[in-house]
Amino acid sequence: MDASEEPLPPVIYTMENKPIVTCAGDQNLFTSVYPTLSQQLPREPMEWRRSYGRAPKMIHLESNFVQFKEELLPKEGNKALLTFPFLHIYWTECCDTEVYKATVKDDLTKWQNVLKAHSSVDWLIVIVENDAKKKNKTNILPRTSIVDKIRNDFCNKQSDRRSLPLFSRCCSSLRMPWCSTTSWTPSSLSMWSTSGPGVSVPPGALDCWVFLSCLEVLQRIEGCCDRAQIDSNIAHTVGLWSYATEKLKSLGYLCGLVSEKGPNSEDLNRTVDLLAGLGAERPETANTAQSPYKKLKEALSSVEAFEKHYLDLSHATIEMYTSIGRIRSAKFVGKDLAEFYMRKKAPQKAEIYLQGALKNYLAEGWALPITHTRKQLAECQKHLGQIENYLQTSSLLASDHHLTEEERKHFCQEILDFASQPSDNPGHKIVLPMQSFAQLRDLHFDPSNAVVHVGGVLCIEITMYSQMPVPVHVEQIVVNVHFSIEKNNYRKTAEWLTKHKTSNGIINFPPETAPFPVSQNSLPALELYEMFERSPSDNSLNTTGIICRNVHMLLRRQESSSSLEMPSGVALEEGAHVLRCSHVTLEPGANQITFRTQAKEPGTYTLRQLCASVGSVWFVLPHIYPIVQYDVYSQEPQLHVEPLADSLLAGIPQKVKFTVTTGHYTIKNGDSLQLSNAEAMLILCQAESRAMVYSNTREQSSDAALRIQSSDKVTSISLPVAPAYHVIEFELEVLSLPSAPALGGESDMLGMAEPHRKHKDKQKTGHCMVTTDHKVSIDCPWSIYSTVIALTFSVPFRTTHALLSSGTRKYVQVCVQNLSELDFQLSDSYLVDTSDSTDLQLVPLNTQSQQPIYSKQSVFFVWELKWTEEPPPSLHCRFSVGFSPASEEQLSISLKPYTYEFKVENFFTLYNVKAEIFPPSGMEYCRTGSLCSLEVLITRLSDLLEVDKDEALTESDEHFSTKLMYEVVDNSSNWAVCGKSCGVISMPVAARATHRVHMEVMPLFAGYLPLPDVRLFKYLPHHSAHSSQLDADSWIENDSLSVDKHGDDQPDSSSLKSRGSVHSACSSEHKGLPMPRLQALPAGQVFNSSSGTQVLVIPSQDDHVLEVSVT
Amino acid sequence: MAVCIAVIAKENYPLYIRSTPTENELKFHYMVHTSLDVVDEKISAMGKALVDQRELYLGLLYPTEDYKVYGYVTNSKVKFVMVVDSSNTALRDNEIRSMFRKLHNSYTDVMCNPFYNPGDRIQSRWALLPVSASSPGGPYFLCPIQSRWALLLCPIQSRAFDNMVTSMMIQVC
Repeated sequence: MDASEEPLPPVIYTMENKPIVTCAGDQNLFTSVYPTLSQQLPREPMEWRRSYGRAPKMIHLESNFVQFKEELLPKEGNKALLTFPFLHIYWTECCDTEVYKATVKDDLTKWQNVLKAHSSVDWLIVIVENDAKKKNKTNILPRTSIVDKIRNDFCNKQSDRRSLPLFSRCCSSLRMPWCSTTSWTPSSLSMWSTSGPGVSVPPGALDCWVFLSCLEVLQRIEGCCDRAQIDSNIAHTVGLWSYATEKLKSLGYLCGLVSEKGPNSEDLNRTVDLLAGLGAERPETANTAQSPYKKLKEALSSVEAFEKHYLDLSHATIEMYTSIGRIRSAKFVGKDLAEFYMRKKAPQKAEIYLQGALKNYLAEGWALPITHTRKQLAECQKHLGQIENYLQTSSLLASDHHLTEEERKHFCQEILDFASQPSDNPGHKIVLPMQSFAQLRDLHFDPSNAVVHVGGVLCIEITMYSQMPVPVHVEQIVVNVHFSIEKNNYRKTAEWLTKHKTSNGIINFPPETAPFPVSQNSLPALELYEMFERSPSDNSLNTTGIICRNVHMLLRRQESSSSLEMPSGVALEEGAHVLRCSHVTLEPGANQITFRTQAKEPGTYTLRQLCASVGSVWFVLPHIYPIVQYDVYSQEPQLHVEPLADSLLAGIPQKVKFTVTTGHYTIKNGDSLQLSNAEAMLILCQAESRAMVYSNTREQSSDAALRIQSSDKVTSISLPVAPAYHVIEFELEVLSLPSAPALGGESDMLGMAEPHRKHKDKQKTGHCMVTTDHKVSIDCPWSIYSTVIALTFSVPFRTTHALLSSGTRKYVQVCVQNLSELDFQLSDSYLVDTSDSTDLQLVPLNTQSQQPIYSKQSVFFVWELKWTEEPPPSLHCRFSVGFSPASEEQLSISLKPYTYEFKVENFFTLYNVKAEIFPPSGMEYCRTGSLCSLEVLITRLSDLLEVDKDEALTESDEHFSTKLMYEVVDNSSNWAVCGKSCGVISMPVAARATHRVHMEVMPLFAGYLPLPDVRLFKYLPHHSAHSSQLDADSWIENDSLSVDKHGDDQPDSSSLKSRGSVHSACSSEHKGLPMPRLQALPAGQVFNSSSGTQVLVIPSQDDHVLEVSVT
Repeated sequence: MAVCIAVIAKENYPLYIRSTPTENELKFHYMVHTSLDVVDEKISAMGKALVDQRELYLGLLYPTEDYKVYGYVTNSKVKFVMVVDSSNTALRDNEIRSMFRKLHNSYTDVMCNPFYNPGDRIQSRWALLPVSASSPGGPYFLCPIQSRWALLLCPIQSRAFDNMVTSMMIQVC
């Protein structure tokens, strides 16, 4: 025994039971080798080939050699290990083929036949080599041929010898238990040595032997180790305990000790055989109170004793396995124990072990053990009368694909049988989880957006996948619905719901993955939502927080294993709102179930639970997830009127879309919209107007004729009949009549003294179209109140006019600008004098009667004013032009022309101003830097006219004169005006009266220079009543003018001042003093005949300085 | 010649388990499951000793009367368990070791299949699975785009693994 690797002192065991080896053949030969053999054999270490990857061990064996006798061989079936020989050796010294053929072969054949008759297959033929004999007989065949012959004759026939290695099988089964106990020396090794392997053993004998071996080993270990050592080596010994338990169990089953009734006579016979086979206890343990032998004998002797020993062993094994963390092994032993209890009709004790094992298998997802254990559990629960548990387990088994169809049907039938039997307590419901019975696969809404109006019908079609193997008739399938009102949520308004809640209406439910355990990464993600709770009274925030919507998914995982087996408090919700479907037969596999419901109260409905009832058994899906909701809304009838285009254009027919949302109102025959006509807006009645009627979901539509009746004040549109929650859509053409803009309000009149700032404002807004609003009051049939609709029309044109003069000839120019995006065709332009003076003639200079006006472009029209006698002081004109959209082919109605009215005043030319610049005397050209003379000639063109009669007019000796102020301004700074640049003159009011003004100016630059401007003002005395009318803009002119008021007509030639300095020096002097005022003469009254003329200025020859300004 | 070969996920659920003869399947399932106790023990003992050059082969896990159960653990904690007949003395340590190595290679091929989701069972008969959306497991395989390919390619890949296992169960290595 090789025990050197152990820290313990080596224990030498002597072999008490030596294996029996028989010897046949040449007895003399054997006798001669026996002494050497018996001495040498134990000394020679033999290799013990150990399996399981362990290094072979060297052991020493002793044997008990006996002469071969047939009586020694065991009878058929007797497999006793001890007392029978296990190896048979035939000895021969034969080296002669002749001798072999004559005697040895026969002898060997006989020996073999005897062995074969007794099924002994472990034999050995020894050929002893004798050198002396070999030398004497030279003619003999080589010895090897004898070996070959023997091999041919015997070994080949024994080809099945290897296939039935009883010996080795015994060894391996023996070795098994302590293969894990490297540290422990198996004493039982000697046991098999003495007894030897039996060729035939009674059933159970091997089990007895293994059991005893195990216990003996364990006893030895206990004997030589202290408690701590044993405890630390449980991992090595627990296998033996388990093995012993297993063997005792099989013995118990064999001997009928594990049954309710106890052993029958056959069992008893078997037990007696086994007990007899054990023989007498060995003397060294015979006197001890406890020994493996005694234990086994006792255990087999009575049912009670067996139970005690078996339970002891089982519990000890389970405890040991548990203590070293081998939970699976512990559960497996526990399952054996449960089986035992079930046999003993003690299901209450079995249950805990089965549950424990099942929980373990579920947690680790081992389908076959789950099914098997569940089946055992079902039986246990049935015996225990745990109806709910049994039904639940049955439903799980009925849906288990690892079972045969028959078994599944059986368990399904168990449920159906229970469900159909009349209950003593009629109201009692057995609530089971639905998962194993049927699975909710998908859900389909119709209408697909899951939005329905009050009174509307909603269909919910669900696909339930029945897990049962047979069709199951379900009395009713119920969906519990939770109802909530979310009034303040804008997402719940009818408009939002019908427009925005778009989905295909199909919700898929993820299939449950049970019984596979779910790894971490497939856990659903947290679905967190912000939650705001507002006070219903003032909508202020009461509470806020975060809610997890799928908390039931997350929490369920942790208890998944237990909840699947236990009736885990699946609560049946009793709600007021349920969807019900009665008498459905669920076929195995997918089933379509349709719920129909008529929507009643507006709000949000959430599908919470799905229940299917089979008799008193209710299968409940406690949470429908993902969340399934549908919305019910109610809607007030509404009318919307909106233009089809971005903006409506005035003057041409425009389409307006009317949308009537019926809401809860049903449009009856005769219901109409009454439109009270706006003054300047026409509703154009077309012969054939059609209205479209849609359902709210826009799924169905129909077409209906629209009747429109118009009277002076009211347009009546009779609506087509439409049910509630529909939409009626139709289009109407409206025409906003072009209204004449306020007189001159839109125009840019050159001839009028319009303040400059206002003028600028006009330009800024000039590109926007002028709009007019028309309000229409509509009476709807569903309301006693009128709906007022405002429509805004934009005027597509902007018109300006201007007065142009050429001496005394006058022209009126009208500019029409198209601001819209449309192209128009203009035609028939007219300009008429509304004051209707016969004397005045408006001569059109326009050649074309038809003129296109493109988008964002302008068209100009010009008329010449002609008169024969005195012209009127003012002129009222109305411009009108016909227009139509260029793209429109044919309009149903004739459009009214576009008109524009304006007034032109003081258009008659009173004064002609002519300015001339002459070079210095003797010079041909003006030169820079040299003074030139400027002559201004102001000529009166008419006698006294009505327009001259103002405060400036003075009369003396029947001669009228007026005061004018001239001013020479050169804004381009080409000229420096030397001396006075302005002055007041008294102008006789008579035709051809002239006034000449002479001034000196100096050109500052060379080239063709435009002449400086000469402006003419009316000089009004300071006591004018009109002074208050002057606005701030005039003050500048006033200031500059006031300088000159005190001066004489004579120019101050010595001073050369800039205007700005004069202005600043004098402005403070006259503040607060009554000042004369200036009034610009209307542009039409002054004609500047020299405007546009230029004078050539040549550079001075002595120019040394070149100014370069870089800007 | 193995009588049962099992691939067990890190979380200890079977990814693949096949045994021969099939009528005793349950017994082998229990056996392999119980052997996980020893696998766990060995892994935890090993973890302390050698982290870098970890021996993947766990050796004999435990013997039963008729079978020997061997274990092997990959670096990703996927376990291979092989049950061989005790009487088969031809299978020594080295043979078992090389069988595990072959199995590991074959398993790696399965993992390399882009349509195999790590953690899914190694199915060799996917082609026979019903694939309509309402059938069991249907939505799993009918993920968009992949669905068509999953049916085409996956059986080939896992069949290779299956064939490997079959060869180990038939041949005497």
